[in-house]
Amino acid sequence: MNKIVEKKQLSENVFKFVVEAPMIARSRKPGNFVILRVGSKGERIPLTIVNSDLEKGTITLIVQNVGLSSGKLCQLNQGEEITDLVGPLGKATHIHKVGTILALGGGVGIAPLYPIVEAFKKAGNRVITVLAARNRELLILEEEMRQWSDEVIVMTDDGSYGRKGLVTEGAEEVIKREKVDECVAIGPAIMMKFCALLTKKYNIPTQVSLNTIMVDGTGMCGACRVTVNGETKFTCVDGPEFNAHQIDFDEMLKRLQAYKREEDQARTGKK
Amino acid sequence: MTAAKEKQQQERNQEWRTELRKAVPNKDRLAIERVKMNEVEPHERNKSQNIEVNRGLTPEQAQREASRCMDCANPTCIEGCPVSIDIPRFIKYIERGQFLNAAATLKEFSALPAVCGRVCPQEKQCEIKCFYTQKMKKAPVAIGYLERFAADYERESGKIQIPDVAPGNGIKVAAIGSGPASLSFAGDMIKFGYEVTVFEALHEIGGVLKYGIPEFRLPNAIVDVELENLKNMGVRFEKNFVVGRTATFDDLKELGYECFFIGSGAGLPNFMNIPGENLNGVMSSNEYLTRVNLMAANQEDSDTPVLRGKKVAVIGGGNTAMDAVRTAIRLGAEKAMLIYRRSREEMPARVEEVKHAEEEGVEFHNLANPIEYLANAEGRVAKVRLQRMQLGEPDASGRRRPVPIEGAIDEMDIDIAIVAIGVSPNPLIPACLPGLKMTRWHTIEVNEETMQTSIPEFFAGGDIVRGGATVILAMGDGRRAAASMHKYLTDKHAGKENK
Ligand SMILES: Cc1cc2nc3c(=O)[nH]c(=O)nc-3n(C[C@H](O)[C@H](O)[C@H](O)COP(=O)(O)OP(=O)(O)OC[C@H]3O[C@@H](n4cnc5c(N)ncnc54)[C@H](O)[C@@H]3O)c2cc1C
Ligand code: FES
Repeated sequence: MNKIVEKKQLSENVFKFVVEAPMIARSRKPGNFVILRVGSKGERIPLTIVNSDLEKGTITLIVQNVGLSSGKLCQLNQGEEITDLVGPLGKATHIHKVGTILALGGGVGIAPLYPIVEAFKKAGNRVITVLAARNRELLILEEEMRQWSDEVIVMTDDGSYGRKGLVTEGAEEVIKREKVDECVAIGPAIMMKFCALLTKKYNIPTQVSLNTIMVDGTGMCGACRVTVNGETKFTCVDGPEFNAHQIDFDEMLKRLQAYKREEDQARTGKK
Repeated sequence: MTAAKEKQQQERNQEWRTELRKAVPNKDRLAIERVKMNEVEPHERNKSQNIEVNRGLTPEQAQREASRCMDCANPTCIEGCPVSIDIPRFIKYIERGQFLNAAATLKEFSALPAVCGRVCPQEKQCEIKCFYTQKMKKAPVAIGYLERFAADYERESGKIQIPDVAPGNGIKVAAIGSGPASLSFAGDMIKFGYEVTVFEALHEIGGVLKYGIPEFRLPNAIVDVELENLKNMGVRFEKNFVVGRTATFDDLKELGYECFFIGSGAGLPNFMNIPGENLNGVMSSNEYLTRVNLMAANQEDSDTPVLRGKKVAVIGGGNTAMDAVRTAIRLGAEKAMLIYRRSREEMPARVEEVKHAEEEGVEFHNLANPIEYLANAEGRVAKVRLQRMQLGEPDASGRRRPVPIEGAIDEMDIDIAIVAIGVSPNPLIPACLPGLKMTRWHTIEVNEETMQTSIPEFFAGGDIVRGGATVILAMGDGRRAAASMHKYLTDKHAGKENK
């Protein structure tokens, strides 16, 4: 059992949890995730590790309340325990000094982007970050991102904050303005698809972190299959980060819907 | 004569055994029909994942079946058993009504008799070597049923013997994975006096016994009793702990672990790499069975979803395929189909599972191999294209190789496809032990007698060494590894003291 030592609401539907997990805090690297379960009938859900505190032996998770299981987690309060928590899982991000990094984050995808931005900056890169949200209220981690970015551009769908427009518009401006050596994009699958199309046009190597359906997270089930460069890969062990230009996003978008009917039934209590 | 054979003879020459042999003439023994397992009726059991199909034998049935055994002077059945259980001895204890002694005999050889009695392919191991099969061309003594009977009797009597544990020697050892290999390893090491910790990546202990084999064949409660015994003996279990990730082997060494047993299994599901395999509705048997067995997705109050199809096709012919297809029936499939590229005779599944599957209404489509999955407008699987096959020359395994019949391709309507064509060794541990010698099948190379790997303080066994194999072999490996690790550590520590 892992105790929640801090809970904070970041936006209407997004919560930050600081959880006791000393072993994971010690061994995790940017890009890694955990799988957790709330309650003895809980589902196993993957969440990226946003941050860790070695001294306190804690990790930080950020979760958006989007369904049954994330909802159960969001109902937990400080002092309560998470039933099961395992990690760190997945391959770590390949962090190196390349020059200029363009980091693109959308929605709650800004959370998993955060440790990567931090690590690239610490590795001596120039980091330009474009953050996108539907509106001002839904934008998270702006301050934290500023700390590790040379520049932060905020885009909102409705123009309520920063500039009005999509993440790709902000990104393209930067690409046109200066030389970008590598790009990393995390957000909804559809956003990552369009980021990939954009950077492909400009031939900029791009990593994305995929949020596929998972069960075990250890390579045992294949629920997390994606096609990368024509080959089937397991996101939980071969990823979660892949070369964006090789991913079959259309297949991935479909696969995310695999249990939609069952999940809708669960939400309405008709299993 | 080996020590084991000598012991068998000694036991066989005990007065009570000699008397018992004389008590019933062989021709009377021969005249008894093989017992039929008491089963829940197909139309009843096919509605629930949680009804165990086999109900076990009554004491009377067991004793009568035990009296069929001739107590042969050269018992060939023992040769068929991967862990050389003294089969006639435990059977004769049953005949004599000493069921607890029968259970104790089994435990000398096997750490998990209640499990093995349920899941071993007896028809390919001990029972095929039985005098009845070999010499009389009759149905063999039901060794598997009797094994299960004795183990169940002991458990239900509440008189489970907790084996004696040697005084603690303070030496820490770790087992990675919590399947049958690690569990039997842990049971022996704790008896030798070691401090044993079993690390498991999942949130449940038991490996395939929990996440793979369904409740209708192996109730979790049976496994839980074994786990409880191990806990009572002092074995520590750490779940939600991925060795190599949560902590490295170096971390564990720092924590004082001196030796490691790798029982991480063959958890990686194989796919066929054919077009359409990543469509929604196509999944591995591991995914399907894990959702149901580990996550209880079949139950109302579970948060985990599972697809419930009307027309379910399961690809494969092994135990996993049988488990998946029978699970599909229990989840409400109207048509549950098994698609296998060879003929029924070549199916690697236990014959009992094939029989049960047939009784429950599974359709067998043999000599057919999927070559493509086709989607409907929503992008979900709707059809499978099948290449019809015929049997050709025998291959390396001795089974006749299936070869495509040219042009014989047809389509079948389905809404779920479950791929159960085998598993590969879990690559996680080898990936974090660069010095570890592997075979070209990606299994860990070991000395077959000692189960020691190329790194002296690492031992391994079960599916990570054999590829997808069996519970009994995994268990045997665990026990052999424990014996040789014990020797290795004893020598090592004696060496230290002498210096
Ligand atoms: C559906 C199904 C049905 C079967 N039916 C039969 C049958 O009827 N009869 C029979 O004899 N055999 C059967 N088998 C095969 C049998 O279950 C296996 O041969 C046996 O379980 C292997 O045991 P094991 O201890 O090697 O590994 P497993 O039981 O596979 O256990 C390995 C465990 O290690 C864990 N693990 C892996 N890596 C790590 C790590 N790095 N850190 C921590 N934990 C880790 C895994 O999560 C897993 O729980 C069946 C298998 C399946 C899948
Ligand atoms: S989540 Fe099961 S294999 Fe990736």
